[in-house]
Amino acid sequence: MKRFAPLLLIVAVLGLAGLAQSALNDYYQRVLAVIAINIILAVSLNLTNGYSGDFSLGHAAFMAIGAYTSAILTLPARTKAIVLPDLPLWLSQVELPFIVAILIGAGLAALVAFVVGIPVLRLRGHYLAVATLGLMVIVQVVALNWQPVTRGARGISGLPPFTTLLWAYGWMLVTVAVIWRIVHSPLGRAMMAVREDELAAACRGVPVFRTRLLAFVCGALFASVAGALWAHLITAITPSSFSFLITFNVVAMVVIGGAGSISGSVIGAVLMTLLPELLRRVETTLAIGGQPLYGLSQIVIALMMLAVMLFRPQGLMGRRELPDVLAGLAGARRASLPAHAEAAGEA
Amino acid sequence: MLTPSYIAQQFINALNMGSIYALVAIGLTMVYGILRLINFAHGDMMTVGAYLALAALTVLALPAWAALLIPMFVVGALGVLIERLAYRPLRGAPEVAMLITSLAISSLIENGATMTLTAQPKPVRLPAELTQRVDVLGLNFAVMDAAIVALAIALMAALTVFVRRTTIGIAMRACSENVRVTQLMGVDVNRVIAVAFAISAGLAAVAGVLWSGKFGIVDPFMGFVPGLKAFVAAVIGGIGNIPGAMLGGYLLGFAEVFFVAFMPPEVSGYRDAFVFVLLLVVLLVRPTGLLGAREVNRA
Amino acid sequence: MPPSSLLQVHDLAKSFRGVQALQDYRLELGRHELIGVIGPNGAGKTTLFNVLTGVTPPTHGRIVFDGQDITHAAPDAICRAGIARTFQNIRLFRRLSVLDNVRIGLQAHSHDRLHEVVLRLPGFAARERQLAQQARELLDMLNLADYAGAQADSLPYGLQRRLEIAIALATRPKLLLLDEPAAGMNPTEAEALMRLIARLHNELKLAIILIEHNMRVVMGICQRIQVLNYGRLIAEGRPEEIQQDPRVLEAYLGIAA
Repeated sequence: MKRFAPLLLIVAVLGLAGLAQSALNDYYQRVLAVIAINIILAVSLNLTNGYSGDFSLGHAAFMAIGAYTSAILTLPARTKAIVLPDLPLWLSQVELPFIVAILIGAGLAALVAFVVGIPVLRLRGHYLAVATLGLMVIVQVVALNWQPVTRGARGISGLPPFTTLLWAYGWMLVTVAVIWRIVHSPLGRAMMAVREDELAAACRGVPVFRTRLLAFVCGALFASVAGALWAHLITAITPSSFSFLITFNVVAMVVIGGAGSISGSVIGAVLMTLLPELLRRVETTLAIGGQPLYGLSQIVIALMMLAVMLFRPQGLMGRRELPDVLAGLAGARRASLPAHAEAAGEA
Repeated sequence: MLTPSYIAQQFINALNMGSIYALVAIGLTMVYGILRLINFAHGDMMTVGAYLALAALTVLALPAWAALLIPMFVVGALGVLIERLAYRPLRGAPEVAMLITSLAISSLIENGATMTLTAQPKPVRLPAELTQRVDVLGLNFAVMDAAIVALAIALMAALTVFVRRTTIGIAMRACSENVRVTQLMGVDVNRVIAVAFAISAGLAAVAGVLWSGKFGIVDPFMGFVPGLKAFVAAVIGGIGNIPGAMLGGYLLGFAEVFFVAFMPPEVSGYRDAFVFVLLLVVLLVRPTGLLGAREVNRA
Repeated sequence: MPPSSLLQVHDLAKSFRGVQALQDYRLELGRHELIGVIGPNGAGKTTLFNVLTGVTPPTHGRIVFDGQDITHAAPDAICRAGIARTFQNIRLFRRLSVLDNVRIGLQAHSHDRLHEVVLRLPGFAARERQLAQQARELLDMLNLADYAGAQADSLPYGLQRRLEIAIALATRPKLLLLDEPAAGMNPTEAEALMRLIARLHNELKLAIILIEHNMRVVMGICQRIQVLNYGRLIAEGRPEEIQQDPRVLEAYLGIAA
């Protein structure tokens, strides 16, 4: 029974996604798709910020790379001739399937992460936080100035709306499965060892730099996938779509859900998608003096983060996973068996 | 195009930007030195300072010197308050807890300003005596330009005397060498940290006022990018090192302004990208910065 | 090189900002030797371990281990070459389980690649089972089996010390460096620990360097003892010789006893 639980979950998620795709109206479909994209973002950011202990703030940058790559590679050649007339010839002719474009974007983001990671991840402390924010500024500036390819501040619109619920939830399952497997493997244990004590990890044979780099590059790869999905959901992108706001919200999902727990990131992503969605209505209806309260939802998220840091720094889930918690509730947990051994047996 | 007066103008510009970066970088480096905190809310102290100055000039119709001193002291107090409420309870927690908290505070300030004052940029009109241009030794510049540099240098000189000569200043430098040992020597570390936050936030507020005066505009997100760039300046100089932050600030100011001034126009749009590529290069080649000491690994 | 020699250290020196923490240090260690390094606090004992394990690079000298020059190698490479250590102030992966702590040590020699992990290729599950099995055997050997699922920092102090030894052994060392393993223990506990160390030395055919602050603790089990003072080697010999050495009595026992 336990063996087939992941399989059942996959079938159930895809079945429900397919059902929702045909039954729900556009608004609900979009919210559901955004939830899946945010899960991809949070779970992948967790790899660095929760497991290897490096604090990345680069998710918006990697999303932008995925979004622009996929946009330019999938836009029909005829549209490109109008929207992006100055595109280099080889780019103006290509018209790739969505999946191929996503994979190319992911590869590109991974490459960028690799190049940034080499100078930064050898250093101690949280240089990565600043360097990845710097990367975000670099990517925005490039998107703003590289007119022939990105159309500058006007951005690219009229993208084919490829991102259906099945695509979004399919990729979400792939992301969660891959990262779950990485975490529950020697590679994941090495990441946690580095997080707990870098020097002690090195003295016990953990290749610290390579481990940190792996976490960072994998996180970037999936952030890029999420960016591509998002671009083809909204169907229009501009450089300012990928601002610090997005990174901040993904960090909030990870922190509130519980850094170091995959189910925590999933829960955080669902909560932190729905809550602002509700608050956005409050912003416009609860206007004081006829002026909408823009910023309210972000203020609530920031306050929640402050509260979590002060009163429950481990987040909602701590470092535990949902199956462990459920098993604990059912009283079936054998005290002698560590959580990870159980989980590894399942996956 | 490369006339002597153009070059002179760029030189003045660079001194201006460098002064502002240096003031912001000092605060970042002081707090990092003691708490190992990269304070992402530091740039927002600039924003708060700039709004307060604007309010002092327009709503209260106060003179220019008041529009400088009020933000400095009010934001300095705000810095202490934030430290007391948000950072102090997290001391002893993993380093990253404070970093996350500073992100949340940054968001709180930026969105608080957006909600109450709207995201619309507000124009800043300086008093006439600051905008008038003067000629000195064939150099033509606004009084404001000179004021920025003079003020920054005066503040930095005062700070240097403070950390060298006063007990609390010396304690501050001792703390950035080793907090625990300093504490064992009977220094009240809480007080040192509070003073560091007061100075740090106060200097950032001054920098914000100067920035808004130079560019004539205030908006809720104005402090974000300069705050990040000041971190680059602090890293260039050697993070944790106060003279290093000053040096790094001016180096970054010159690098950035000269990049824009002397690169072809199709490249100069990449100025912010240039600054952060510079950060990556510094981290690769000399991560300890120009004046920084190597962080010791203790087994 | 003689097959009996495992480690050769030549003229090793380390200075911090001009302070000589270690100088002119020499050692030739046999493959199955157990030696003690003693000396008062600040004599340079931990610095010696830090230099040997690549934590801090030496300012001068050469270290050859098992025929390989490891003078400037990185800590993880030195560990995989066969030197494991414990820390004076106990460094565990605190929030991980005891079992995971040992597994991290064990996987120093396994090379899982990303695609094998992600695709769960055939060998993976078997390797993971084997790793868990070996970890349990090690925990058994050190009488820690009952705590396998516990979080490492929840163990009592003495068991944390033993867990650290278990992790070090998990990396399959040829040379084990123990940094004051009996620190903070009462005489009975220290006695038991020394018996354990002697047993591991015999059963696992290891070379061991044991740092101790308290001379009496190591006298019983060490074949040879080096005495450090102010970063210099001031005496070397069999335990009974060391006990008689006037320089040691003056520099070391004169202070400590």
